[in-house]
Amino acid sequence: MEGFDEVITEFLVESYESLDQLDSDLLALEDAPEDRDRLASIFRTVHTIKGTSGFLALPKLERVAHVGENLLVPLRDGDLRLNSDIADGLLGMVDAIRDILGHVEGSGAEGDKDYAELVEKLQALLEEGKFGNDKDASSENAPAAAAEQPADTDTTVEPAAQPEPEEAPVDAPEPVTQAPTPVATPKAEVPADSGSESNERSHSVTDSTVRIDVELLDRLMNLVGELVLSRNQILQFCGETEDATMIAASQRLNLITTELQEGVMKTRMQPIRKAWSKLPRVVRDLSATCGKKVEVRMEGEDTELDKTILEAIKDPLTHIVRNSVDHGIEPPETRTANGKRDEGILFLRAFHEGGQVNIEIADDGGGVNTERVREKAIENGIVSAEQAATMNERELTSLILLPGFSTAAAVTNVSGRGVGMDVVKTNIERIGGTLDIQSTPGKGTTLRIKIPLTLAIVPALIVKTDSDQYAIPQVNLLELVRLEGSRAQEEIEFIHNVPVYRLRENLLPLVYLDEQLGLVPTRQRHDERHSVNIVVLQAEDRQFGLVVDAITDTQEIVVKPPGPHIKNIPAYAGTTIMGDGTVALILDVIGIAQKSGVLTEHRDRSLVDKDAAENSRSGDSESLLIVESDDGLRSAIRLSTVSRLETFATGQVEQSGHSSVVQYRGEILPLLQLGGGCSSYGEDEDLHTVVYTAGDRSFGVVVGKIVDIVHEPASDAEGNLLSRTVIQERVTEFVDLSEVVARAVPDFDPQWSAA
Amino acid sequence: MENSTVRSESYCTFRVDDLLFGIEVQQVQEVIRSQPTTRVPLSRSEVHGLMNLRGQIVSALSLRQRLGLEPPAADRPSMNVVIRSPDGPISLLVDEIGDVVEVDQDRFEPPPETLQGDQREFTRGAFKLDDKLLLILNTERVVHVAA
Repeated sequence: MEGFDEVITEFLVESYESLDQLDSDLLALEDAPEDRDRLASIFRTVHTIKGTSGFLALPKLERVAHVGENLLVPLRDGDLRLNSDIADGLLGMVDAIRDILGHVEGSGAEGDKDYAELVEKLQALLEEGKFGNDKDASSENAPAAAAEQPADTDTTVEPAAQPEPEEAPVDAPEPVTQAPTPVATPKAEVPADSGSESNERSHSVTDSTVRIDVELLDRLMNLVGELVLSRNQILQFCGETEDATMIAASQRLNLITTELQEGVMKTRMQPIRKAWSKLPRVVRDLSATCGKKVEVRMEGEDTELDKTILEAIKDPLTHIVRNSVDHGIEPPETRTANGKRDEGILFLRAFHEGGQVNIEIADDGGGVNTERVREKAIENGIVSAEQAATMNERELTSLILLPGFSTAAAVTNVSGRGVGMDVVKTNIERIGGTLDIQSTPGKGTTLRIKIPLTLAIVPALIVKTDSDQYAIPQVNLLELVRLEGSRAQEEIEFIHNVPVYRLRENLLPLVYLDEQLGLVPTRQRHDERHSVNIVVLQAEDRQFGLVVDAITDTQEIVVKPPGPHIKNIPAYAGTTIMGDGTVALILDVIGIAQKSGVLTEHRDRSLVDKDAAENSRSGDSESLLIVESDDGLRSAIRLSTVSRLETFATGQVEQSGHSSVVQYRGEILPLLQLGGGCSSYGEDEDLHTVVYTAGDRSFGVVVGKIVDIVHEPASDAEGNLLSRTVIQERVTEFVDLSEVVARAVPDFDPQWSAA
Repeated sequence: MENSTVRSESYCTFRVDDLLFGIEVQQVQEVIRSQPTTRVPLSRSEVHGLMNLRGQIVSALSLRQRLGLEPPAADRPSMNVVIRSPDGPISLLVDEIGDVVEVDQDRFEPPPETLQGDQREFTRGAFKLDDKLLLILNTERVVHVAA
């Protein structure tokens, strides 16, 4: 019972809160009936109550909320205008919900009151809205609604009796982890002793734990934050004093503060299992309703994250899981027909990465039908037909995260009202997270949530630019480079106007912080100052150097979420208060990388591709030279096989026998065409040439133009060399220079060529 | 709105340019002198900066810029009217603080039709004081940021 009570209690607490909000929202709406945001928020609240009551087997509540929600749909979509009748009806619904919740709280059941009258009234309001004042329609509908009511009453005793056996496997810590079907067939799976085990556990748990109001924990956390700041100030001050007692006292203060900080942080950390434990049940009930078979697998349930974040992702997770079961996984017949196992798999995975928690929810269903998405998006007026035509798969897939979008043909009781995904996205973004969706037709859909581990205290590097201080979280920091005096002039090189620095053989793109923040105009090349501080940062799989005026210090900073006026600026992750009391902005390294172009959409994508292969491959990517021929074909040449890149003018080309040659470093360099053959060259053209050396002979391979140098895997998971791949969204052929040479110069002995 | 029987309500008044504004006293958390702020590059122009209000970080919005008025003279310190909002306290920078006045609700009038654009959106209406009009700010709108 423990587990179920917990669910009910949480539901009650959440619902009461949202009901209060509903009251005031509805009242506010009467003044401003056009306020779409508020309508959408009301709709979501009712939707959530309805959904949860369905799972908790509270049929009356579900019914009341359902008719209310039906009425809210045309309101939200603007097909119906809120008038005082409708408002009365909706407020009546809120009262009814509150009434039922009161009964549930008191007795565990919904009470005997029949809300048929209210349901009828809400139905009538909806019909009126739809068909003008057609009373016939509404009165026809009403008896049906009323007739269903008594049948529902029978089930009211269920909630108390039903859930106990189901909760046991969910509560027990071990079985969930690897049990192949934790919940789809729960009764068979439950070990005989698990009931008593969980009983014992819950006893000891209740004896040794205290429930604490999260608000109190938050306040403690804030106070500890302030304490950390004060400690930093005192330590700074003690650095200048000679007084031994004072120094000893400050060191004690330092230790205690650190321990206190860790302790308070721990009180707020909880394993993600807390949020996941309810999902198998949700899946079970839902798959039963939809007539599907779904197996839930979990990995990384011990991944810990901050309580507030955990709370904030519970609802989004439920929505995603419901969507995956309802839309993602196909019915058993379809699956068998497509050669899949009839039982779908829902895979939940959580892990820490780069100071963030990643949560993946993957299903092996049909994937997102991008054609349907396109049609639906046009139909719902989300994008124009022209826009839709130019969108790629990934962009189309992301459309389902927009409000008012639903591809489900029928509005089911489960989902398909287009409310789910936009709630999910809003809630995740609210806590500083991101939501990414990836789908492979026929293979399944993966939703990836990235959220910060905690909103609390992080070590950071403090930098100065244009006399303002900024904090950079140390998780992103790789190293610091300072170029003194003339070295700055000499060692910062330019590719066109883009500054780069050679950091141990790798080209590090340089990004000037003051330029990115719009404080100074973009520099022209060679416009260097006396010395340069480079902060080398990691953004996803890229590195870049952030140039700042000065590097001040490293410090523990208390992260305060960005306020409403700056949270839309991607360059900032938050704000903090420095030891001297001034406010400093915390830079979002990923945001700056994206802004400056270090991270771009297609690089992002190649990252995704790499992720997929990451289990079988361990960092064997290679530097590839990307070249493009005159007719736009792209080829990739392993940089390790290239000796030099040269540009010759056509005037330099001489003919020797059948071949074209140039004089190069006192030698004769034969020129070959990348595509084979020795075609003639135009008049005034620059010949971009890749010089290939084998043994003591060199060849110049003429390419159309040189596009880029990228790091990509050159072989597949089994280690076979690829013949072509997709780089920067273009099909790119791999070219082996030794083969090009062998083709053009048959008498050339390939054994000379370096392996 | 509530029924407008002849009730009186208190407003915290302040001056921006030559306009007299009022905010319901319940919405005002405090009024403080000019504070050091940290500017926020890339933000909208009306975001003057962030300030540390006893450990809480508060955005300071320039009411002048928000209302589309001339920026203030650089040497003139602004006053902070810190108001409560659903997103926590927000400070409005104003030129000069006035008294708290109590006015009868029957002297209230909604904004005239000819007032348009942002100015209309930001103004709930005006109280006809004896010598002057007291404009009531729609604080919700003023602190609202376009997404």
